[in-house]
Amino acid sequence: MQFFLEVLVAGALSGVMYALVAIGFVLIYRASGVFNFAQGSMILFAALTFVNLVERGVPFWLAFGATLLLLIAAAFAIERFVLRPLSNGSVITLFLATLGLSYIFEGLSQIAWGAQVHALDLGISDDPVSVAGLSLSSFDIAATAIAGSLVVVLALVTGKTNLGLSLRAVAADPLAALSIGIRLDRVTVIAWSLAGFVALVAGLVWGARSGVQFSLSLIVLKALPVLIIGGFTSIGGVIVAGVLVGAGENLAAIYLGPTIGNGVEGWFAYILALVFLMARPTGLFGQRTWARI
Amino acid sequence: MASLPAPLAAALPRTPRIRALATVLAVATAAIVPFALGADYLFGAVLVPILILSLAGLGLNILTGYAGQLSLGSAAFMAIGAFATYNIHLRVPGFTLLPAIVAGGFVSAGFGVLFGLPSLRVKGFYLIASTLAAQFFVPWALSQYGWFSNGSASGVITAPPLTLGGFDLDNPAGRYAFTLGVVAVLTLLARNLIDSPTGRAWMAVRDMDLAAAALGIPLGRAKLLAFAVSSFLLGIAGALWAFTYLGTVEPAGFDLDRSFQILFVIILGGLGSIRGNFLGAAFVVLLPVALSMIGGAIAGPSLDPALLENAQKVVFGALIIFFLVAEPDGLTKLLDRALPYPLELDRPDETPPAGVAANV
Repeated sequence: MQFFLEVLVAGALSGVMYALVAIGFVLIYRASGVFNFAQGSMILFAALTFVNLVERGVPFWLAFGATLLLLIAAAFAIERFVLRPLSNGSVITLFLATLGLSYIFEGLSQIAWGAQVHALDLGISDDPVSVAGLSLSSFDIAATAIAGSLVVVLALVTGKTNLGLSLRAVAADPLAALSIGIRLDRVTVIAWSLAGFVALVAGLVWGARSGVQFSLSLIVLKALPVLIIGGFTSIGGVIVAGVLVGAGENLAAIYLGPTIGNGVEGWFAYILALVFLMARPTGLFGQRTWARI
Repeated sequence: MASLPAPLAAALPRTPRIRALATVLAVATAAIVPFALGADYLFGAVLVPILILSLAGLGLNILTGYAGQLSLGSAAFMAIGAFATYNIHLRVPGFTLLPAIVAGGFVSAGFGVLFGLPSLRVKGFYLIASTLAAQFFVPWALSQYGWFSNGSASGVITAPPLTLGGFDLDNPAGRYAFTLGVVAVLTLLARNLIDSPTGRAWMAVRDMDLAAAALGIPLGRAKLLAFAVSSFLLGIAGALWAFTYLGTVEPAGFDLDRSFQILFVIILGGLGSIRGNFLGAAFVVLLPVALSMIGGAIAGPSLDPALLENAQKVVFGALIIFFLVAEPDGLTKLLDRALPYPLELDRPDETPPAGVAANV
């Protein structure tokens, strides 16, 4: 029982790290209806840029700010050269454009910074600590705290401010939002910049855990089932879904793995997502959509 | 093998004869010209993969371009087709390679229906959970259980010798001719299916499923049939990929990147276009060749392969965005504009015959 609980909680904590990635998707999806596949490669780009600046002697916060500025510049470029020309495109067209973006981000970050693995030390120790009789990793707990505070901040920004209101207005009806004077281009840039900020935080946390390397961009594949279970539009939903996926995946790897073979965690989350979708076709907390003929 | 039957034009009454003639000419050119050139590299490394990717693109196009169901799991169905063909040929007596390939396509179609079942309840982007589940589960299962690959290490399967009715086709030209025959026949069948009420129903579902349902189109049946036909074509493409192109293949060869590659074929070629699949496949196969030639010409032999690979990624990503912005209908539309008169082999609905138009 003790072991079961440890597996469960450790999985749930690492699931919060998946949610950290998925939040970036939600921000962009809510503001512009774009399913941004490039979120994973933005994480790679952000983490690689940051770690290379730090390795060249730039202080932590300066490197953080410089990377953030680059991501904001990227948000401007993406709005101007990709999203604005495609503003009348279908959702599939926009999704495919972000697939193209992810190739550009991956290629550019590796041309600029090379392909070697970088260690990243955020000063968070990774020791076993005992919480309520369970042996857990202190790093996982710190990562959960970071993700949790990020969620609170983002939930306040998007829920309680005028900016959040205009983000939602643009998502609900771009034309109506335009006609009451909301600057569509500005809102898009802000949403992508926020997603860039989330990508930077996620990149640092993931990079500190598993090294800054190309595989960071593959986290997107871990975040997708989380996003699907949580619903594309709910920040709180992806946290709940992240915990579910993380815990389920860890339990499956420990208890199912020996019976049906290793590597269960590669696909388990997707089957879990399918099960949830059959019960709730727009995720746990996703907005239901209505259509009229 | 030289060309399709001459009275093809008469068999396609609703389309202008010039289009049918163009099809015959294209297939005849594909059947004759490379043999006259006779370069093995051209067959093995260029034409065969272009044809197979065209067929895979056609499969995905039926699901995504015509029926409007986004799929990110094409490679999984290619893997099912390849491994089913391998096992049927190996274990079922009396199945030579061609019947085994067709049977492999049917196995793949069955799994396509299985993974398409969620589409009855789930719409839009949420549906990618289903095809991604296939994408990650299938290669895992194929490499996990040795039975699928007859006990070989890491799930590698090796192609049996390619023979057809006593003819030995196990050489580059023979493999090309075999691939061309299969792809030409399946493309013609798919074209006719798309032109039938079934294909019209798919397009109605794609354009607005609620309206299609109100018109009396059975949504579930239309979607599942699209999954079945799409997976059938993808499965056969996978079998050809394994048996006439690569020779040996492992489950990891059918990964998510392969699925994306096929997605690029249909985006760059043109969603909802048959000719676009061939144009897109040619582009996807030839672009890396061209880029490495250009890279080699600029930087000389000392070119860093990692740099080249990353530069290819950037160019590829930029081209995708460029095409989406400049021409959302893909290369097929560009070709149309370049031609002096419309020569579309598909979408006859855009230029209905005069009699039909008068009745509407």
